[in-house]
Amino acid sequence: MTLEAKTEQPVVITQTMNQPKESKIKDFLSILTMNKAAMVGAIIILFYIFVALFAPLLAPYDPYEINLENKLIPPSSDHWMGTDDKGRDILSRILYGSRLSMGIGITAVIFGAFFGIILGLIAGYYGKWIDSTIMRIMDILLAFPGILLALAIISALGPGLINVTIAVGAYSIPLFARIVRGSTLEVKRLEYIDAVRSLGANDFTIIFKHILPNILSPIIVQGTLRLATVILSAAGLSFLGLGAQPPSPEWGTMLSSGRDFLFSAPYIAIFPGLAISILVLGFNIFGDGLRDAFDPRMKK
Amino acid sequence: MQAAADKKVLLEVEHLKQYFPVKTDSLFKPKAYVQAVDDISFKLYEGETLSIVGESGCGKSTTGRAILRLDEPTDGKVYYSGTDILGLNKKDMRKLRGDLQVIFQDPFASLNPRQTVKQILNEAMAIQEVVEKSKRMDRMQELLGYVGLPQEALDRYPHEFSGGQRQRIGIARALAVNPKLIICDEAVSALDVSVQAQVLNLLKKLQKQFGLTFLFISHDLSVVRHISDRVMVMYLGKVVEIADKKDLFDTPLHPYTRALLSSIPVPNPELKRERIILKGDVPSPINPPKGCRFHTRCPFATEKCKTEEPALRELDTNHMVSCHYAENFK
Repeated sequence: MTLEAKTEQPVVITQTMNQPKESKIKDFLSILTMNKAAMVGAIIILFYIFVALFAPLLAPYDPYEINLENKLIPPSSDHWMGTDDKGRDILSRILYGSRLSMGIGITAVIFGAFFGIILGLIAGYYGKWIDSTIMRIMDILLAFPGILLALAIISALGPGLINVTIAVGAYSIPLFARIVRGSTLEVKRLEYIDAVRSLGANDFTIIFKHILPNILSPIIVQGTLRLATVILSAAGLSFLGLGAQPPSPEWGTMLSSGRDFLFSAPYIAIFPGLAISILVLGFNIFGDGLRDAFDPRMKK
Repeated sequence: MQAAADKKVLLEVEHLKQYFPVKTDSLFKPKAYVQAVDDISFKLYEGETLSIVGESGCGKSTTGRAILRLDEPTDGKVYYSGTDILGLNKKDMRKLRGDLQVIFQDPFASLNPRQTVKQILNEAMAIQEVVEKSKRMDRMQELLGYVGLPQEALDRYPHEFSGGQRQRIGIARALAVNPKLIICDEAVSALDVSVQAQVLNLLKKLQKQFGLTFLFISHDLSVVRHISDRVMVMYLGKVVEIADKKDLFDTPLHPYTRALLSSIPVPNPELKRERIILKGDVPSPINPPKGCRFHTRCPFATEKCKTEEPALRELDTNHMVSCHYAENFK
């Protein structure tokens, strides 16, 4: 056996040591940027974020100002997207509406992710009856169609922007809980978790310092994809009159008020509809791209 | 090795059992258990290296994990310096964990990929509060020196190192808390042979330097021969033989040990020697054979072996074996 071979220090430093430590992030970014669809998604999202941030500077008119003399003007050079039945400039309303939709989406996803992550971590880490109890409750929540669950929550809390956010956020909780639980199960049996356990680390340290940072990628992917669904559902609820109330320039609410003029002035409904569709599309294809980039099998 | 009597017992395992429940198809069938470790007892003396060898699935790693309480054992006692580890509450156990450390098999899974070496070592010291904050930097550099890694390693992430280097980081992490006993769970099995030798020699050097005691779990007999003082052979959750290394390799008394030893490759192709090839597979630990667990594959098995379980008895000084007919193999 070569075991008796002469050995001892100092150890030769292999070439791997010279690799820059950002290489993983670089790998990830290069895969993501090579994915054209994901880049289109990213540009769409960035564009909407830009619009939301600078809406007051970009909007040509006051989105709330009623001017009955100018009502139902088709798209023209003065009003690029026309005016609605109360003479408000649709373009300005859509620009302002991006703040509401993005705000609802991001808040709801953060809300859902926060509780989902905690429940998933606890279920996955402790296992046994704790796991069964939490996950069965999550299964019950998942068994409802999302919109129905949201409707139930709103009918309990009453309509309004904040309640819609809570409702759509709440039905994201089980989805995050499931993904986090699965990843936690996978990570917790790795040897470095046993290593910190045998050092005497407590459960809190193990869960939040060693498990959570290592399961972030599926959470980020899910969060991005979830944003699309949540924005769509919030708009849907507003369309039904349960979310943002008129005269708020929420896209779903605008769609709803354009319903009566679908034949005489279709542009009232078309533009908010397009705004929703494009944003949702952006989040979806960007989320898909993220998932592919995080997937180690995509690496050469 | 001197006589065991004048050595201090560091760890004593008594009647340790580790059963894992398995899912049964029917709700009404009695629950089945994998008897991964079934009633084993042994002593570990201060400063020695005791190796546990056996095929995969014989319970050697399970034994290590049970001692560390990484999996709570089903039954039995584990005494460390006289205190019963299994009876300790969470808080006391956490304190004691500094004394008992572990080095794992897979150098790619045993380090958190999102922590730098500095964070890894720092955390170990912080958890056990072994070194004051202000002196930790010096201590970390010292530790890297012990395990033969360059100082620049501190700010790097695990993926930047080779397997052997990662294993050294794992060793440094274990050393960081000033342990007395280190359980090496297949610590070199995943490494290339040349790197294996380096890491083994490093372990030996550290053992001398810090007076460490090793429980060395391995399936590789050449490695075991290189590092151990004593060797314990396990088969299907039971101890079949414990002896000083020399005794065990020169005069194995249990038929299973003899078969195991005859499987070591010898570099000389001219050498003719007896190869004992066992028939059949290892029986399932869910339903282990009655009597001697080895009787299904033992070439010497008799009716007695099928019914009566042999006790682990001392045949020579420090040479324990569990076979009814061990005398015949002397």
